[in-house]
This record gives sequence, structure tokens and C-alpha cells, in this order.
Amino acid sequence: MSSPTVRAPLGRRIFGRQPLGLLFSSPYLAFVLLVFAFPIVYAVWISFHDFFFAAPGAEPDRPFVGFDNYIYAFSNPQVIRSFGNVGIFLLINVPLTVVLSMLLASALNKVVHARTFLRVSFYVPYVTASVAVVAVWLFLFNGSGLVNTLLGPLAPDPSWLINENLAMPVIALYVTWKQLGFYILLYLAALQNVPKELYESASTDGAGAIRRFFSVTVPGVRPATLLVLLISTVTGANLFTEPYLLTNGGGPNGASTSPVLMMYQLGIQQGQPDVAAAIGIVLVVGVLIIAFIQNRFVGERES
Amino acid sequence: MTKLGTTIRYIVLFVGAIVFLFPFYYMIVGSLQTETDPTIAGAFPNPANLSLDNYVNVNERIDLVSGLVNSGIFTGGVLLCTVVFGVLVGYALAMLQWRGRRATFALALLVQVIPFQLLQIPLYVLIARDYGLADTHVGMILPFAINSTAVLIFRQYFLQLPKELFEAARIDGAGELRLLWSVALPLVRPALVTAVLLTFIGPWNEFLWPFLITKDASMQPLAVSLANYISTVAASTDNPFGAILAGAVVLAAPVVVLFIVFQRYFVSSDLGSGVKG
Repeated sequence: MSSPTVRAPLGRRIFGRQPLGLLFSSPYLAFVLLVFAFPIVYAVWISFHDFFFAAPGAEPDRPFVGFDNYIYAFSNPQVIRSFGNVGIFLLINVPLTVVLSMLLASALNKVVHARTFLRVSFYVPYVTASVAVVAVWLFLFNGSGLVNTLLGPLAPDPSWLINENLAMPVIALYVTWKQLGFYILLYLAALQNVPKELYESASTDGAGAIRRFFSVTVPGVRPATLLVLLISTVTGANLFTEPYLLTNGGGPNGASTSPVLMMYQLGIQQGQPDVAAAIGIVLVVGVLIIAFIQNRFVGERES
Repeated sequence: MTKLGTTIRYIVLFVGAIVFLFPFYYMIVGSLQTETDPTIAGAFPNPANLSLDNYVNVNERIDLVSGLVNSGIFTGGVLLCTVVFGVLVGYALAMLQWRGRRATFALALLVQVIPFQLLQIPLYVLIARDYGLADTHVGMILPFAINSTAVLIFRQYFLQLPKELFEAARIDGAGELRLLWSVALPLVRPALVTAVLLTFIGPWNEFLWPFLITKDASMQPLAVSLANYISTVAASTDNPFGAILAGAVVLAAPVVVLFIVFQRYFVSSDLGSGVKG
């Protein structure tokens, strides 16, 4: 790039008053182009072509195949099941996340003592690697683990992570617990913006604590709720580490596979990146539709 | 505010804290048990059953030091790129007038909602196959190099600085790089800590990407080698949980310690502004 400062008048006309801004931003822009923009376009391209891994330097023929990869992917019952699984996951994880993080954040916002201790303990699972925390959950929830020991005769059989009906709910609970700190953080920020006067006037009108929560807090943090819904949906759709490790690769019998796990198994292990790209695109379109609905119903209405 | 309400609030919060902290306590206790004890008694440390054997055992199967070094290089590379290039773009977004500023800001917001599952396959094809960067630190770092949330945090902090300060320095003839280095940066030190902390937990904890592109055990970050150990062990008959938990403690400890030391920088307003833009 020729230095814009040398040809100041022309440079300023093209690049704005302080063209240096563009120079400062160029590494970031190059990064976004290389790591986000181009790969997204490439993913769409791959999903419509017969694409396979080739040796570096080789230029194999990759014919356009229309929707073949999509049809191939979704005639696989395992793939359909993985989408169903992530649906179950989201139905448990997202509402639970919203309710628990809102409740804990508003309780945390009002306490005076032990605030730092409480805050830190809520955030610790969020900042820790899932791989590390999964290890403890495996220990807690395995057949002869502490959870089953405590439950005694009430312990499920087969045990949690090898039970077709329980594997996905346990994963959903795990992720809710693991991520909750982050959402509490978002709600705490939002609660600072709810005017104190609203609580006071609600109190003088005779509203009790529960009434105040529903008529002042809940509407007051609605922008944060939308954010929590969106982020938890995107995070949930990205599910990979937990079924890979907690249920040993989506077991039992595919009861806890996720689309991203299928993408890994089909795309990289079995060498069908075109099929995996098609799954990825369907998944993202699904997430966008859910996000749109959430935005429609929870987002701020402009009038 | 009634006494009863306050009491209930504290009970709920402390029960919550126990639910959040117990697995970590149990991780440490389990990692120190010579004989794995999944009974209720096993949740309490028994001096007769405590040793560091598990740490020795796991270190024989996966090289903890090399895993930590790889995690460190991965995380360090991301931090370096984020701090250098992220501060530059954050400064440009907040302080300078140039064409494309709004578009760049919109891009930084948009990037945060792009799910990795869409990028997984094309990035793997590009980085591992086309560029031949599989089993390299550069390949690991590249997709995470500049954390967009950190960029937004930097921008937010620079916006709060008084404009007059900069106008005055510019009239005195200070160049933008000098302004950034000796006026703006010293004033936003808390933002640096917050952004570094937030950026740190990304690559340190990341599993999927380094797992995809490192097959060579000597290049794997600790999260990947520990995960491989867990998944091979889970398939075998006897479950040496102690060794797994010891590995988990080694992986978790650096982040948890850093987080506790710097927790006052991990406050809602800073991160909230970063996430919300």
C-alpha cells in the first residue's frame, strides 16, 4: 500500500480525514477477511461441490453437484438424530440458563456481604477448560460415582451417561452449569441500568418482592435476556467437547451426538468435507431462524 | 427489605456457590487419592489415602510439561496479536476519523456471532491442507489471533478518554503512534488487564480447533492431550480417575489462579460493554 500521508489531499479524499486509522486497522481487517469472510464463502462453495481432501499442490476436478451433499447428509439417520439431540439440548439448556442466571444475578445484585466470594464462585466454572471440568463430571456421574452412591436405590439404570434417555439431559445440565457465570455477568451489567426509582415506586404501590421481580426486573433486563437467548443458542448449536468426552463420542447409540460432532466424524475422520460443510450450513441457517424468532418475540419493539 | 427475604437470598446464593465450587473441590481431592474412592467418605480427604502418585502417573502417559508449553505458546501468541493489533484497531475505531470506520466496527460486532461450526471445515481445509500448517503453532493461533471482544473493550475504553488531551498533544506535534503509546495506553491499563484475562481463557481452554489440527502428540496443547487420554481411558476397562483428575487440576489451575488474582478486573460493566458493543 502506498503511504496515504504523502499524497495528503487525495489520500484524505479517499480514506477520510485521518487515513492512519485504516493503516492501524489493516491487520485486523486482513484477519477478518482471512479467517471469517473467505472461509464462510468457501464453506458455501464446498457444500455445493464434490469436494475431497487432496495432496497439497494438486488441483483435482471438483464438479458442481447442486444439493447432492445436502441430500446425502440428511438421508443419514444419524445426522437427523444429531439435530434432534441438539433440539432437546436447547429446550433444556436455554430456558434453564435464562431463569437461573436472572435469578442468581438479581439476588447477587442486592447482597452486601461476601459479594466477591459469591461472584468468583459463580464464574469459576465458566473460566475453566471444559476438558478439565468434564473429568470431574465423569467421575461424579459414572455408574459407581458419588451421585449414584448418594441416590442409592434411586440411581438410574443404566447409569446417567450410558442411558439413552438421560445422556442428553445430563449434557444440557452440564453446559448450563458451566456457562451460567457468563450469563450472570451479563445480567449483573444489565441490572445496573434498571432505575432504582422504579423499585421504590413499585414498593410504595404495595408490590411485594416477587411482584417487583416480575414487573420491574424482568422487563428492565429485556435487552440482556435477548443477548442471553442468542448467545446460549449459538453456544448450544456449537456443542462438541461435551458429547465427545462425557458420552464417549455421542453415545449410547448416537443418543447424544451433536451436528458438530457429526461434522467432525463425517467430514474429517471419514474424509467427506463437502457433506460436513452442508451440515454446517443447515445448522447455521437453523440457528439464524431461531435467533430471528427470539429477536421478534423478546427484542425491543420499535414503535 | 424483610429479614426473611434477605436470609432466603443468602441461602440461595450460598447453595449456588456450593454447587459451583464442589466439583472443583472434588477434582482436587480426587486427584490426590492414591486409591480412587467414589463413596461419600471419599469426598473428604483421608490422610492415609493421599499422595501425588496420580500426578506422576498422568505425567507418564501425557507429557504435562510439553502440554503446558504448547498451551502457553498457543495462548501467548493469541495474546500478543490481540494486544498489539487489537489496541491499534481499537484506537483507530475510537479516536481517528477514516473511511470504513463504521463498517469495521460493524464487522467486529458481526464476527462475534459467527458460529465456529460454519468455519470448522473450510478453516481445516485451508489451514491444515492448503497452507500445510497442521501440527504447527501458527496454524493453532491463526483463527483466534485477534479477539474481537477485546477489540471492542479497547474501543470502549479509548472512547471514554477526554478528547481535549489528544487535541492538545496533536497541536504540540505528537504523532498518532506516540499519542497511542505514551498518552492513551497508560490511561487504559485496566482495559488491558480485562482484555488479556478474557482473551487468555479462549485459547487456553479451546479444544475443538487444536484437536482438529494437531495429530502430533508433541505439538498438542494440554486440553487436547488430556482429552485424548480421557477418551482412550474411557474405552478401557479400569477407570484410573485419579490420573484424569490430576491432569484436570494441572489444566485448570493456571486459569483459576489468574482469575482469582485478577478477579476485580473481571467486572460486568467492562465485559458487558465489550459484548454489547
